[in-house]
Amino acid sequence: MRLRICCPAILSFSSKTQIFALGLPRTLAMDDARALVTSLRSAYTATPTKLKLIDLYVAYAVITAIVQTLFMAVVGSFPFNAFLSGVLSCVGTAVLAVCLRMQVNKANKEFKDLPPERAFADFVLCNLVLHLVIMNFLG
Amino acid sequence: MEDRSAADAAVMERGKKIGSTGVGGGALVSGSGKRAFGTVLAALILCLIGIMAFSIRLFSVIKYESVIHEFDPYFNYRVTKYLTKAGIYEFWNWFDDRTWYPLGRVIGGTVYPGLTITAGTMWWILNAFNIPLSVETVCVFTAPIFSSFAAWATYLLTSEVKGRGAGLTAAALLAMVPSYISRSVAGSYDNEAVAIFALIFTFYLYVKTLNTGSLFYATLNALAYFYMVCSWGGYTFIINLIPMHVLLCIVTGRYSSRLYIAYAPLVILGTLLAALVPVVGFNAVMTSEHFASFLVFVIIHVAALAHYIKRVLSPKQYSTAVSFVITFGMAGAAALIAILAAMVAASPTKGWSGRSLSLLDPTYASKYIPIIASVSEHQPPTWPSYFMDINVLAFLVPAGIIACFLPLSDSSSFVVLYLVTSVYFSGVMVRLMLVLAPAACVLSGIALSEAFAVLTRSIKYQDLSESAAVDSTATLNSTNENEASVKEVKDKAPKRGKKKTVEKEVEKKRKRLLGLPMEASAVGILLLIIMGSFYVVHCVWAAAEAYSAPSIVLTSQTPDGGLHVFDDFREAYAWLNHNTGEDDKVASWWDYGYQTTAMANRTVIVDNNTWNNTHIATVGTAMSSPERQAWEIFQSLDVKYVFVIFGGLVGYPSDDINKFLWMVRIGGGVFPHIREPDYLRDGHYRIDSQATPTMLNCLMYKLSYYRFAEADGKGYDRVRRTEIGKKYFKLNYFEEVFTTQHWMVRIYKLKPPRNLVSAVKSKKRTQKKKTTR
Repeated sequence: MRLRICCPAILSFSSKTQIFALGLPRTLAMDDARALVTSLRSAYTATPTKLKLIDLYVAYAVITAIVQTLFMAVVGSFPFNAFLSGVLSCVGTAVLAVCLRMQVNKANKEFKDLPPERAFADFVLCNLVLHLVIMNFLG
Repeated sequence: MEDRSAADAAVMERGKKIGSTGVGGGALVSGSGKRAFGTVLAALILCLIGIMAFSIRLFSVIKYESVIHEFDPYFNYRVTKYLTKAGIYEFWNWFDDRTWYPLGRVIGGTVYPGLTITAGTMWWILNAFNIPLSVETVCVFTAPIFSSFAAWATYLLTSEVKGRGAGLTAAALLAMVPSYISRSVAGSYDNEAVAIFALIFTFYLYVKTLNTGSLFYATLNALAYFYMVCSWGGYTFIINLIPMHVLLCIVTGRYSSRLYIAYAPLVILGTLLAALVPVVGFNAVMTSEHFASFLVFVIIHVAALAHYIKRVLSPKQYSTAVSFVITFGMAGAAALIAILAAMVAASPTKGWSGRSLSLLDPTYASKYIPIIASVSEHQPPTWPSYFMDINVLAFLVPAGIIACFLPLSDSSSFVVLYLVTSVYFSGVMVRLMLVLAPAACVLSGIALSEAFAVLTRSIKYQDLSESAAVDSTATLNSTNENEASVKEVKDKAPKRGKKKTVEKEVEKKRKRLLGLPMEASAVGILLLIIMGSFYVVHCVWAAAEAYSAPSIVLTSQTPDGGLHVFDDFREAYAWLNHNTGEDDKVASWWDYGYQTTAMANRTVIVDNNTWNNTHIATVGTAMSSPERQAWEIFQSLDVKYVFVIFGGLVGYPSDDINKFLWMVRIGGGVFPHIREPDYLRDGHYRIDSQATPTMLNCLMYKLSYYRFAEADGKGYDRVRRTEIGKKYFKLNYFEEVFTTQHWMVRIYKLKPPRNLVSAVKSKKRTQKKKTTR
């Protein structure tokens, strides 16, 4: 759902800057961009739902981190350890979710021996350690 | 699993063949039995390596006694005593008022707690089991125990890179390497004792995560990195080496999802865990030492995204995507780099701390920070010190580098990168040869193991390839006979050709299996064993003679073969402990601060932490000034006792007169009225009759040589090898209270300020005033 909203924005942005930056023929650049985006979108919709769920979680975590950073820019960075732990917990759990996605992805030949339950258990353990540290550092 | 049983089947096949032809035979153990035997043998060898690593470090305990060595370990010992007595919360919030009077020192926030907490935990566990070892014993033996652990960690690391044989060799080499022994003998209770173990273990877990791609090992890697951050300031080496390696892998086209799993969680968890340690705190995100990890974090995400898109799109569309990204990305990246460069250029040291800068630019410390330049451990090493410290490994390391390239894997490229960076840093500071030692052992272990493998394989498959040749020629002859019986003349030429090609194949097989003739490989093995024994002999000698001195107790041989012990330092500290008040302040040069607070239990002005340059410069200025000015400086600091180390009577070269020029330089760096040329005659530092008057009148000279001429009549200084300049003088502001047996420590007390001014002097002064009006 979110992709369909983002895509037209990306498209218009890219076509506008292409005109200013490269000076290429306008229609050619726009067609290329459009083809690129459609192929990306079609490839992405082909991925299994499990992976799309993980991607959603990653996007949510990253957006939360960005919101926290904007809040810090408005209110100031004291206490700094609270800011750091908030942002790093979001980024950390996003990174771990990306690792989980890599391990669970059936298209990834390197992890074909790894049962997805084990991958998820590792993910949970790592998140536990991360959040224990966060709670200690939050002050 | 399937591969292994296939290999076992192949072995059994070959075994049957050998048995049938009767060549090279002997009883053949089955594959899984062989494996079990190998595992048990490896475990036994590892136990022996651990015992050897522990025992070789016990020379100092045998030759002297179970005592803490040097200077820094006394501070760690005192902190551990406080921890065991007062508990962890008191230790974490401890403000120490017994040092850096009147400033004090926040111990909780400025010490790396790993070592003290490790030793404290060991003591606590032992006491929980009712084994009443004293804190001192636990502290003395912490380093040998952790060197055994470090040897086992080296085994784990090297076996991840090249296999079990290389691992065992590397572990045996590390257990004995003199560079590591020098910082981890029994009694050397310093950060490196546990930090080297933490370093190797962190690297092992990183390589393991890289090889397996398991998130579990990534978590363990982050926790081991946390232990390393707790233990030593050298953790910045890890957090810069691993990003360098990741960048190398990405640039050489070896990006994989295992690399991402090995690196990205480590950065996040590692930064958080490093920020948890009070001494690092927010430096984990603010100083330049950590920026490399963040930069490579961004780069690896870009690489991951690029790989994902490449996998998903067709090649033509991928190239158009790349062209798009380059046009946008260049502009954005240029803007970002401009901002970053402006931020970094704003700070005077470009965000790096003084210590790191002195590592990157070897001439920095001597220009800007004389205290860092004055420490003897921070000098660059000489060439002989490489052969003293890593001996035979210096030859084996290049062979190991070549062995790592055949074949090149992620883990072997990591080890090579580790070696190259540690060689550079060891060339800057002799103290960092310690970081080179594990890398050298790993690569030498790989080289030795490969060499032995090639040589023993040549010998072993001599017989095998001969039997194979016999076999194939026998079958060839039988087929030839069969064919000859059927067709005689027609097939002669093709038969000969067939025989020739079969013979060529046999030759090729022989060459592949052999490598070397039997005698050469036997001689080669013998030579390698001899080289190994030279290494062992050197290591034991270095451990026994060179690196076991506690430096708080000195010994020398008497002419009749006995042993004469110089225990002056402890004598002086014990005198201070018993004959001065509880709150009396003691002043000396900063080298002896830790020992004074630990053994004499008195408040000191400056100590080895050297965090406040101005305070040290104040003491240096006092030592370089004439008596009255020095007395005034010490009086302003509430000092009651001053002591100096003097080696002139017995020939002890590390005394304060030899260190005096550093006091002048450091004092002169802050107080410009102290000028170094004032103390030198024609650029030479002298204390004899040709010395400058400033030198002959300064406090250090007077306190060292007071009544020295009465000791042997001539005042002959055995260290400077000359008679002293000023022999008979009186001290007006200090009085000598104690001099140790060999005159090595001389303690003086400040005379209290005068209450009454004498009547004659005051009359003269009033008369002068009248006449000048």
